[in-house]
This record gives sequence, C-alpha cells and structure tokens, in this order.
Amino acid sequence: MATCCDKRSEIPHNSDNIKRVALVGNPNVGKSVLFNALTGAYVTVSNYPGTSVEVSRGNASIDGETWQVIDTPGMYSIHTITEEERVAREILLNESPDVVLHVLDARNLERMLAMTIQLIEAGLPVVLVVNIMDEAERMGLTIDLDLLQQRLGIPVIGAATARKRGLDEIRRAVLDYRRGTPGHFAYSRLLEKDIALVTQHMSGSYILSRKSLALLLLQQDEEITALFKQWDREGYAELAEKVREIAFERRESFHLDLSLERKDIVRKLIKDVIVAPEKRVITWAERVSTLAVRPVTGIPLLLIVLYFGLYKFVGQFGAGTVVDFLEKRLFEALFNPWITGVVKAIIPWAIIQELFVGEYGIITLGIRYAVGIILPIVATFFIFFSFLEDTGYFPRLALLVDRLFKYIGLTGRAVIPMVLGFGCDTMATMVTRTLETTRERIIATLLLALAIPCSAQLGVILGLLSKAPGALMVWGVCMLLLFIVVGLLASKIMPGESPMFYMELPPMRMPQLGNVLTKTYTRMQWYFMEILPLFILASVLLWLGKVTGFFEKMIEAMTPVMASIGLPKETAVAFIFGFFRRDYGAAGLYDLQSKGLMNARQLTVAAVTLTLFIPCIAQFMVMKNERGWKTASAIGVFVSLFAYGSGFLLNKLLLLTGMLA
Amino acid sequence: MKLSEKAEEILEALWVAVEEEGQAFLDPDTMGFPVDDPSYRELTGHAFIEVRQGMVYLRTEGREEGKNTIRRHRLAERLMMDVLNIRGEDGDHRACQFEHLLNEGVDAKVCTMLNHPTTCPHGKPIPPGVCCDEARAKGDLGIVPLTEFKSGQEGEIAYIQTEDNKKMQKLMAMGVLPGNKITLVQSFPSYIFRVGYSEFAIDTNLAKEIFVRK
Repeated sequence: MATCCDKRSEIPHNSDNIKRVALVGNPNVGKSVLFNALTGAYVTVSNYPGTSVEVSRGNASIDGETWQVIDTPGMYSIHTITEEERVAREILLNESPDVVLHVLDARNLERMLAMTIQLIEAGLPVVLVVNIMDEAERMGLTIDLDLLQQRLGIPVIGAATARKRGLDEIRRAVLDYRRGTPGHFAYSRLLEKDIALVTQHMSGSYILSRKSLALLLLQQDEEITALFKQWDREGYAELAEKVREIAFERRESFHLDLSLERKDIVRKLIKDVIVAPEKRVITWAERVSTLAVRPVTGIPLLLIVLYFGLYKFVGQFGAGTVVDFLEKRLFEALFNPWITGVVKAIIPWAIIQELFVGEYGIITLGIRYAVGIILPIVATFFIFFSFLEDTGYFPRLALLVDRLFKYIGLTGRAVIPMVLGFGCDTMATMVTRTLETTRERIIATLLLALAIPCSAQLGVILGLLSKAPGALMVWGVCMLLLFIVVGLLASKIMPGESPMFYMELPPMRMPQLGNVLTKTYTRMQWYFMEILPLFILASVLLWLGKVTGFFEKMIEAMTPVMASIGLPKETAVAFIFGFFRRDYGAAGLYDLQSKGLMNARQLTVAAVTLTLFIPCIAQFMVMKNERGWKTASAIGVFVSLFAYGSGFLLNKLLLLTGMLA
Repeated sequence: MKLSEKAEEILEALWVAVEEEGQAFLDPDTMGFPVDDPSYRELTGHAFIEVRQGMVYLRTEGREEGKNTIRRHRLAERLMMDVLNIRGEDGDHRACQFEHLLNEGVDAKVCTMLNHPTTCPHGKPIPPGVCCDEARAKGDLGIVPLTEFKSGQEGEIAYIQTEDNKKMQKLMAMGVLPGNKITLVQSFPSYIFRVGYSEFAIDTNLAKEIFVRK
C-alpha cells in the first residue's frame, strides 16, 4: 500500500487529459452521497462511519467537461493513523487532483475545520463544502458562509447533498476553480521557528507544501519519512537529524501542542461565523437514540428489531412465503416442467438434457436454487440490513455489545461484520478490514467462517429444522455455544494487545426509501455476480461427476466419514454442494429431507456440521485476499476439523441422551 | 518568610516525631544534623522550635509551619508518583528536592491538580490545606477521569493522560482537546460523551484517560 512513486515527475498526472476532483473529509459527512450525485454512479452510502473502505472513481460531466471524481475513505487528519486514512491520503499524494473538495458536517464545523486548515496549508486546491446544512438549521445553528469564505480565502459552499441542495453550486465551483491566494494560518512563533528549521533542509519541490511536510515529519509520520528517504537521497541524513532533534525536544506534547494551536486558529476563524442557539434543541432522533443506547430500553429494542426484522420479515416472509411461492409454485409446478419439455424437444441427447434439466441441471437445480431459494432470503435480509444501517442504529448496537465482545477478543466495532455475516459471510469477511488490529480481523474472520450462518443457509436451516421440534433449539444452542467457546479461546490464544473501542455516533435518521432500495439492489447485484457463476459451475461439475461416475465414487469414499457422524450416505451430496456454497449445501439437505431420507437427529447433526463446515469457495477466496494464504488455509483446516469433530460429538451425545430420537 | 531547605527538613522530622509518633522531643543526632547547625538558630529565630539541654522541642508556633512543610513534602511525593510516574527511591529523592518549590500558593495549585489527595504514596496522611477545605465545602470534584462523572454531567476537558501516542491522536481527532466542553451522556455499558454537536462512544479504558473538571 505504501508504495508511492519516488519522484513527482512520475505521477500519472492528467495522462488522458481528464481533470480530477477528489472528495475528502471525516467519516460520515456525506462524501459518498455527493459522489453519487456528481457521477450518477452508485457507491454504497450509509449512516455508519467508515463504510467506504475503498476508493471509488466515476466520471462526471460538468458543463460538457468530463471530470473524474474520486471518493476516498474518511480521514480525520492529514497525519494518518488508520489504514483507510492512508488510502485516502495516497490519492492526495499520488494523483494530484485538480480540485480537492473537503466535505464536512456543518454541525461540527469547529472540529472539522482543523483539517481544512491542514489541506490549505498543504497547498492543495481546496474547495470547502459545508454539508448537512439542513440538520444544522434544524438545530438552530446559523452559519455565515460568506464570512468563512473571506477568512479562509477558498470557495465555501453550503450544501445538503442528501436533499440535493447545493449541488449546482458545487459543480460550478469545481468548474470555475482558479488557484487564488488562500489564507495563511500562522502558528506560534516557536512552532513556526521549528518548521523553518526543518524546511531549510528540504531541497526538492514536493507534492505538498514544505510547511505541511515539515509538520508531518515532526509528527513522526512513517510514510512521509519513508518518502523523504527516496526524495532527498543526499540531503536526507541532515533533514532526519534535524527532525529527530526537534521531535525529541518536543517529545512531551508535540501532537497535543499542534492540535491546540490548530484549535486556536479555528476558534478565531469561526468567531461570528457560527451562531448557536442558547438552548440545545433536542430532536426526536436524539430521543430515539437515547432509547437505543440505554441497556434497559436498548436490549428490548434489539429483541424487537431481531424479532420483526430477522424472524418475521426475513425468516417467515422471505424464507417462508416468498420461497414457497417461487420455489414450489413457480419453479416446481410451472417453470421446471415447462423448461424440461422445451429442452427435451430441442436437444435429443439424454446426457446433454441432463446437463440443463436433470437432477443437477443448470436450470432445474442451479437456477432454481439461486432464484427460488437464495434470492428471496438474501433480498429480504439486505432490505432489513440496509434499512437498519441507514437509521444509524448499528453504532448504537456496537456500543451496547462492546463489553461482551471484549471477551471474545473483539470490540463493538465488529458488530457490523458479524450482523452482515448473517446475510452473506463473504461480504462480511470483506468488511472485517474496518476493524483496527490484525488480531481482531483474524478472530472476526474465523468466527464468520465457523459459526455465523449466512442468510440463505439460515433460511433453509430454519425451514428444515422447524419441522422437527427441539432440533432447532439444539442447533441454536450448539451454534451459540461454539461461537462463544471459539471466541474465548481465540482471544486467549491470539497474541496482541486487547483492542480499544471508540466510535462516532451519527445522528439517527429516518431512512430514505430510495436509498435503502438502491443499496439493497447494489448488494444483490454484487451477490448474484458472485454466486450465479458458482451455482452454474457447481451444476456443471456435479453433472460431469455424475456422467463420469466420479461422483458416485466420491459419495462412496465419503460414506464412512458420513457414517461416523451418523448420517446416511446421501448427505455426502449436500456436503459436496456445501463446498461450493454453504447455502447450496443447506439447500441440498432440504431436498434430502423432503424425500424423507433423514430423521430428526441426523438432520440436526447434518445442519450443525454443515453450518460449521468449510466456508463457500467465494468466502475462502476473500479470506485469502484479506488475510493472506497462510491465515486463510489455517482457518480453513481448523474449521473443517472442528466441524467434523463437533458433528461427531453431537451425534454421540444425542444418541447417548436419546434426545431427538 | 522562606526557610532554608535544611531548616524545612528539620521541622518536618520534628513535626512527624511529635505530631504523628507522639514523642516529646527529638535528638539532633538521630536527625543527622549536629546541634550547632545554623539551621536550628534559624528555626528558633522564628520561634518554631526550642533547644533545651541538647534536645529539640516543637513550639506551638511551629506546629502550623511544620504541618505545611510536611504537606508540601507528601504532595511532592504524590506528584512524582501520580503524574510524573517516578517511583521508588528515585521518586522519594526527587520529592525531597521538589517540595521546597511548593510554597507560596504553588502547593494549593498542585493539590488541586492532584485533586486534593489525602494520603501520600506511603500511606501517611497529607494534612489538608485551605484549598482542600474549600473544595470540600463546595463539593467540587476537581479534576477527575471521565469515568467519575455522572450521566448528564457537563465539564471541561483538563488533560489527556495516555502513554499511547495513537490513542492520544484518536481522542484529539474526536475533539477531545483541553479546554473543550464535554458532556457525559451515558456511562454503561459504554461511555457516551458529547463534544460540540457530535456524540462518541468509547470503552472504559479510553474514558479513564480523559481528565475533566466540572
């Protein structure tokens, strides 16, 4: 990540003559909304700080001119601490955008202006967008943007991008941007002297101003230090010496001093710019927020959310009503017989017919699973998830569970990947990168791979086990127990310090239906791009296996393994399915159960084992991408053995106690 | 009036012997300062002590001054340990040097910063000063970690105490800067505080490191 080009001349600047505009700012100030509005493209927007972990790019046509718009992850300061912040700064360092739009939250102007100062000081072409003006106004704040613009010496625009306010002005400002003479913000004499001592030793011309770089060096910014090593090969030693000297002298409180000086500069800047009301205006959103974060009301609220959202909406409506309709009425009763007839009429060869419409046919199995079973469950889950996300409920849930999550080596922050895991573990594994430490990421990845069933799987398993009383209970208790035990063990075994929890609580908002639907749609799209090919591939492989007889052999080979955990040999099919996707495997169980091949005990053992069992191929690939081969393989092997072991023990236990007999 | 360092030390030892250990007098030899040391003359000049038959007695007039010197000594010890994190013998030694700087109101400032401690690191009582009584009368909590605030209580951030630079920067990025107003919204299961118009949630470990005054 930290591989930057070593000389400014090599920067891919305007190679295609397209101008660039970069969006930067604190997390959760509406950069992505603005990006979408400017480009007409879509990146996920949410009311959860730190959702954009990647850089998004899109083109915008402004007055016939094409601009490339770059959306960056949230950053608090030009001196970066987290991985996302580094990613964001890379854009500023490597791509020299023609305009930098600093987006900030009007309500927190005072806090966030500190970064505007840094951007201006760095010599970047900054345009300030004071966003979320509508909510600020509702709170009774008045902001004198003209005065602010005058003092900052850069264009300042008030906006409420979520309400489409200020968009034209922003476009105009980008188009008309001319480098003016922005304000100069002086620090104390002492600090200015130290800065001068450092800049003296700089010889090149750099992408950021010398002053800004000197401050970054003094803050011991590793990346910038490394860059200087390359930039100023000869002069570097002297520069480094000077920096070390000053940094040592001010070791007690350099960061604090700098922050305080900037705070002071900002305080002077906003004098008379912001007028706050005498009394805090308490909005309804704040009242709801209070309910959500107090344990006494928060826990019942969580249960209500889970009951209506997950159980009623996703479970009963999505996995029940809609699946029944699509799978039974549409596919089995109408579509499958019809398509089977069509295919048989067109293709004379039985073997090829099998490929499309046989037992494991691409259409009769692959498409039916994907559209009939998986689609409704995943769709309802994503609607539920996106809705909650936009209300701003998740950060509140995070702080509610932080204490408990600490026991399993995670912080409240992990609540997002964990909840998302109930939708799609693959997507959730990708999101684990928002966690702070490698330790947390590995533990979260492991738990997702092992104990969190994805929605498709969950839906099928709920449907499956609800027919055998007690089975669902045994399965649920097993999963919860294993989740806790593995989490506790992992937090004990994994080296590294215990993580800290901090999170901004965005205001609670009523989600906009359009946004929820678009978000669900993009997530669905991603999901289907990911799974449909796998379903088809699985069908083809299964067909090949059947035709060549390899499949039979494999089932035979797996029979003793299946038998050792008390399962009939036909379950091997489900487990082989499960290798492609866990939900696919669960759907396989569904078929077996409808054929009456399994009793309650076997069903439960199979469900537990399969839930724990190796993640689907897609998740494994993401694990490899995010955590590297070694960790991914280690987790893979552990999960397989653990799943088998748990199945074995559970079977023995159930036989011994006679439960579910 | 400012006593010499040596005189202060004699007065301290004498005060401890008389007020805390219940002795009537002190033998100059056990203190390590021979009786002909000019410091004794300095102290008798102020009528703080009396030297009779080679033994040193504390006079009523010297009680108050003795109490104040011991108070400064023990405050210095606390300062070394709590704030400067210098412990053990080194801490004691430095405290001895430091205490002499704590006069003329500086002791009250240090005492307030340390939030009016009642015992020294060795468990001995620190005699309360005027500032302590005032604070108690006003019910002033002084500077406390955020964890000591009640929900809904408002205050000002005094300082952040953390060894971890990254933590410090994170807190500062959230607007936790000395001088900013802060309101504790909730303290369980996590701490929620408000700075400006933003709310943040943090865990106990972070909350312990933010020091606030009411």
